[in-house]
Amino acid sequence: MAPYDLASISGSVTYYLVFSLIGMAFGATLEASGFGDSRKLAAQFYLTDMTVLKVMFTGIITAATLIFLSTSLGLLDFERVWVNPTYLWPGITGGLVMGVGFIIGGFCPGTSLVAASTLKIDGMLFVAGVATGVWLFGETVDSFLPFFHSSFMGRFTLSDWLGLPTGVVLVLLVLMALAMFYGAEIAERVFGKGDKWGFSLVPSNRWKLGGAAAIVAGASIVALKGQPTLSARWAQMAAVEDAKLANREIYVHPGEVADLMNNASMTVSVIDVRSEADYNLFHIAGATRVDLTQIAAPWFLRRVKGAPDGTVTFLVSNGEQDAMEAYKILRSAGVLNLYVIEGGINHWLDVFGINPCVATPRTAAGPEALMYDFSRAVGQHDPSAHPGCPCKEPLVTCEASKSTASGHGEHYVKPSFTPKVKMQKKAKPHGGCG
Amino acid sequence: MSQAAANETPSPQAKAPPRAPKEPRPYINPYVGGVLLGIVLFLAFYITGNGLGASGAVAHVVAAVLATVAPSHTNHVAYFASLAGGYKSSIADASVAMLVGTMIGGALSGLVNRRLKLELRKGPHVTAAMRLAMAFVGGGIMGYGARLARGCTSGQALSGGAVLSVGSFAFMFAVFAGAYALAWFVRRLWT
Repeated sequence: MAPYDLASISGSVTYYLVFSLIGMAFGATLEASGFGDSRKLAAQFYLTDMTVLKVMFTGIITAATLIFLSTSLGLLDFERVWVNPTYLWPGITGGLVMGVGFIIGGFCPGTSLVAASTLKIDGMLFVAGVATGVWLFGETVDSFLPFFHSSFMGRFTLSDWLGLPTGVVLVLLVLMALAMFYGAEIAERVFGKGDKWGFSLVPSNRWKLGGAAAIVAGASIVALKGQPTLSARWAQMAAVEDAKLANREIYVHPGEVADLMNNASMTVSVIDVRSEADYNLFHIAGATRVDLTQIAAPWFLRRVKGAPDGTVTFLVSNGEQDAMEAYKILRSAGVLNLYVIEGGINHWLDVFGINPCVATPRTAAGPEALMYDFSRAVGQHDPSAHPGCPCKEPLVTCEASKSTASGHGEHYVKPSFTPKVKMQKKAKPHGGCG
Repeated sequence: MSQAAANETPSPQAKAPPRAPKEPRPYINPYVGGVLLGIVLFLAFYITGNGLGASGAVAHVVAAVLATVAPSHTNHVAYFASLAGGYKSSIADASVAMLVGTMIGGALSGLVNRRLKLELRKGPHVTAAMRLAMAFVGGGIMGYGARLARGCTSGQALSGGAVLSVGSFAFMFAVFAGAYALAWFVRRLWT
């Protein structure tokens, strides 16, 4: 399923060729549309020639319709498509600054490249200016770093914001664009050709009406078809993922989890899908608890997917079954570097041991039963909640005999395990401006 | 524009002889251009999972040049160090390949449509020196803003807009707002 994993051929001739060819098509389209002429671009802001608006928004709605038509047909995996993360205020400020640069210089960076390549002298100077501006930015960004990283909202689409299905948002966007085109046509006639406000307001060109009908129809199909549900997405990836489950590739030994938790260069996130009662009795240090029924909730998915690059996420239940269910959901939603803790909390406690005055082993039936009897709730305040951690967390102490468990600091004995975690990077913004 | 095109089409033979052979061909209809641009953008997303862009590549080139001219300085400025610090090659990036492609594509289209010509495009009431100075200054402002916004009109507005990113739409309206707000004050440059 598209998009293709080009990172695996990174650095090869084919890799650069693909991007060059896309660039060539891009450059040729810009040039043919008249974007190599600064006067044509600037005319947009005097309402005499609305080419910029028409080309840009036609491009956006055409691409958006094709993209979401592909995702609804299961041809394209939207989770692997790069969506520019939202940094709201730096984006708006940068946009205003660019608007000023646009009207003074007569280009934006992409169009100036095309102007320069067709030997327009103002385009060449603009490109030189852009390079200078980029250099100045690099030299000065350190002085306002907090602002540059402020108002981060992650991967945030209009449908997340409005709480509407993607297809509905697409139809609304297409209708908005068509209304803008209609306004642009009127503006061109009034400000460009000097027509008076007396002409017929009914659009007469049947090509335009036909094109508008076609794009509305395309967007409506997307809205009616809807985007694939999580279970549909799991069905699409079943072949690869079922094999991983069968080979137990995704089940990681507690020893490796503890090892990664103590590795300062890693961000480890543990998601605990057990009941609140079990979580209060004992949980792995720093674990986030969520009900299995809530794991597919948009707010939770956004939170998990918004984790920084290089985060490894472990799922845990008392056994393995619930964690595996959670795995299927999060994996379908496109979460990378996702694993299940082998044998769950029961195995964790077997490996690291717990103070006998806190809990003792018992026998219980069912794949998700807690195999320990707790005399008190310790939460994460037991050495086994964070094995091998040199940290001095306040621990629950008991009167009974001292634990033989491998706990914090020098008492920790590293268990042996076969490492399974392989870190995968998120799709990098290749080619994009990011 | 389409009205003009519609008037022209019935008599191409009659119109052809007076046109000088070297006269540039007209630009394509903006909606047709937009559909083509949309298809290119879609293919970029479909094949690579990423959109189009230009200013990111400029940052890579600037960092590469800086790393050659002043390697120790490059290693000490965080922004450039992340692009071209140490032994990192900043120029061997997909975005640079796309930048080269964009320029080749633009030049080819210019050649085919007889627009490949060394010339200066400016408003009717502005001197050449003024236009060149403003192009450079405007470019500088644009380059700075593009990095602040983490993308230019193509990488942020066009690519982000097509995948419905909230930040990209906010950015897009900010660009138009900034330009419209200033347009009246600098009208001598263009009209």
